[in-house]
Amino acid sequence: MNNVFVYCEIEDGQVAEVSLELLTKGRTLANELACSLEAIAVGHNLEGVAAQVIPYGVDTLYLADDKRLYPYQTLPHTSVVVKLFREKEPQIALLGATSIGRDLGPRVSSALNSGLTADCTSLEIGTHFDRRANKNYESLLYQIRPAFGGNIIATIINPDHRPQMATVREGVMKKSILDPKYKGKVVQLNVADYVDDSDFVVEIIERHIEKSRLNIKGAPIIVAGGYGVGSKENFNLLFELAEVLGGEVGASRAAIDAGYVDSARQIGQTGITVRPKLYIACGISGQIQHRAGMEQSAQIIAINTDPEAPINSIADYVITGSITDIIPKMIKYYKKNTK
Amino acid sequence: MKAYSIIVLAKQVPDTRNVGKDAMKADGTVNRAALPAIFNPEDLNALEQALRIKDRYPGTTVKILTMGPVRAAEVIREGLYRGADGGILLTDRAFAGSDTLATSYALSQAIKKMGKTDLIIAGRQAIDGDTAQVGPQVAEKLNMLQITYVEEVAELKNDTIILKRRLDRGVETVKCKLPLVMTVNGTAPECRVRNAKLLMQYKRARTITELQRENEDYTHLYNERSDLNIAEWTVNDIETDSSQLGLTGSPTKVKTIVNVVLQAKDSKVISDSDADIENMMIELIDSHVIG
Ligand SMILES: Cc1cc2nc3c(=O)[nH]c(=O)nc-3n(C[C@H](O)[C@H](O)[C@H](O)COP(=O)(O)OP(=O)(O)OC[C@H]3O[C@@H](n4cnc5c(N)ncnc54)[C@H](O)[C@@H]3O)c2cc1C
Repeated sequence: MNNVFVYCEIEDGQVAEVSLELLTKGRTLANELACSLEAIAVGHNLEGVAAQVIPYGVDTLYLADDKRLYPYQTLPHTSVVVKLFREKEPQIALLGATSIGRDLGPRVSSALNSGLTADCTSLEIGTHFDRRANKNYESLLYQIRPAFGGNIIATIINPDHRPQMATVREGVMKKSILDPKYKGKVVQLNVADYVDDSDFVVEIIERHIEKSRLNIKGAPIIVAGGYGVGSKENFNLLFELAEVLGGEVGASRAAIDAGYVDSARQIGQTGITVRPKLYIACGISGQIQHRAGMEQSAQIIAINTDPEAPINSIADYVITGSITDIIPKMIKYYKKNTK
Repeated sequence: MKAYSIIVLAKQVPDTRNVGKDAMKADGTVNRAALPAIFNPEDLNALEQALRIKDRYPGTTVKILTMGPVRAAEVIREGLYRGADGGILLTDRAFAGSDTLATSYALSQAIKKMGKTDLIIAGRQAIDGDTAQVGPQVAEKLNMLQITYVEEVAELKNDTIILKRRLDRGVETVKCKLPLVMTVNGTAPECRVRNAKLLMQYKRARTITELQRENEDYTHLYNERSDLNIAEWTVNDIETDSSQLGLTGSPTKVKTIVNVVLQAKDSKVISDSDADIENMMIELIDSHVIG
């Protein structure tokens, strides 16, 4: 009872990266709260899930396995999760901030009348004193996220409602196996007790999910471009530099909104979080939502025409000038000195 | 041919995409007043989907529902200029401090009062919070099906609809029955521009509070032209349980807000000269960061 729960997303029997990252975080939170870590997977052919998740320190894994539960659909998945949460009364529930988690999370929170905080960048346990009610709260989940146009970080709490729910983007938390031989138990739910036939009202006519993704998260070097890159054509310079250095191209949201590159490349609070050896920020001002996704890079180079750009303050190298001048020079001198 | 009754959920938001230097006060906090208030971009995509259905099925009505301060009536006028049939501004101090759940509760109670609805269409998310929660939470409160991240209505025949969705890593086409709540992605077609004729027709559309504030006497005009009256509902116009409203009805509370003070690193500031750039590249190669 009152444990930490993680909703595990499954695609083709494979547990999503973000779910494994959340299990890792969930284990840490459960240790601090001296409670168990539990996981729920809803889908079909889930035999392989236990071996994938229990090593992260899962004490109990609930499986709802039924042909009709894969691929994901809002109503049946909501029914399973809501019913299970009503029974188990978790104190914390974590979901990936993915197409699925962002569809399911709010629906579940609305049904349970509990609070949900989207896109957290950090989760901690802490206390809270409510002055008006003169009430002290022990062990609340601090849901920490950047808010409003930049430059503020908000800590959100749910003092009186359970579960305390949060979504987190892929890459924000680090995944790590606790113990390959961890002993956790698996509970098969009797699906008929959890869903109603009337939940299956959507017919999926066609579905196409990319397998191979850009490997931005794993790239040792990232050349990222912002609105200041100026055009799709200028982005080719960034692709060229990334290619020469053996890296990937990332982007700020403004660059994506302007149509310079595909949204899969977005780095930041609402994109992916990266920690490369080298991050080259080209024409990026460095608003907090962008920094949230890259400031843990080992080294940062900022290229910006504005000597006062906020990105400069977290950069190891600050180059003041235009990307159209500087990037060709970087390519040239890299080639010259590595021959 | 069937005509549909559609509600578009729209929000007025500060234009966080254009947070310039002047949007920050000297103490480093955000100067909200300096940010222009706009029609939330994905809500415009939602409106376009509604208007397309109206184009195809004459007799369809599109109403905009927005919750916010009085100035949010602008969102309804923008909708009228583009072809919406009307709108409701839900405005009351009782809604202040609502988180997404309390907002969804208020909206769903207003929707119940608006009568039979076939389709509720909202933008996927608002740019001031990016939470994407209100659409699904409204759907749950109304006990309706939701289809999120819609890019296109591929087919609509009687009560059966086929929708194309954009997912993180792919696409999906689904078929289901109305009534339905759908949320529309920014990758869906952009909203049509204002129609000049409609702009002329509706530029004087006002809510009652706006009229009182403007202090101009157009009473005769508003008596003759009921289409210029934008409905303004307060908490008393809808049935609510006060424990679910505003700050009280919000499970999430903001505990602290911290201004981020940039911890400046010891950066090397270099020029764009050939020599400086070559030196930097050599340093990076020598320290095995690259190469
Ligand atoms: C809820 C929310 C979530 C968000 N999530 C994200 C997110 O995940 N990721 C993200 O990136 N943003 C996010 N944003 C948006 C973020 O606030 C900024 O708007 C965005 O990061 C700005 O992108 P930018 O730095 O490319 O553009 P700008 O701020 O416009 O900066 C452009 C920069 O380019 C420089 N420049 C211009 N010309 C040149 C040139 N020729 N050479 C070199 N430099 C030049 C300029 O000096 C300027 O510093 C979010 C915002 C909100 C409200």
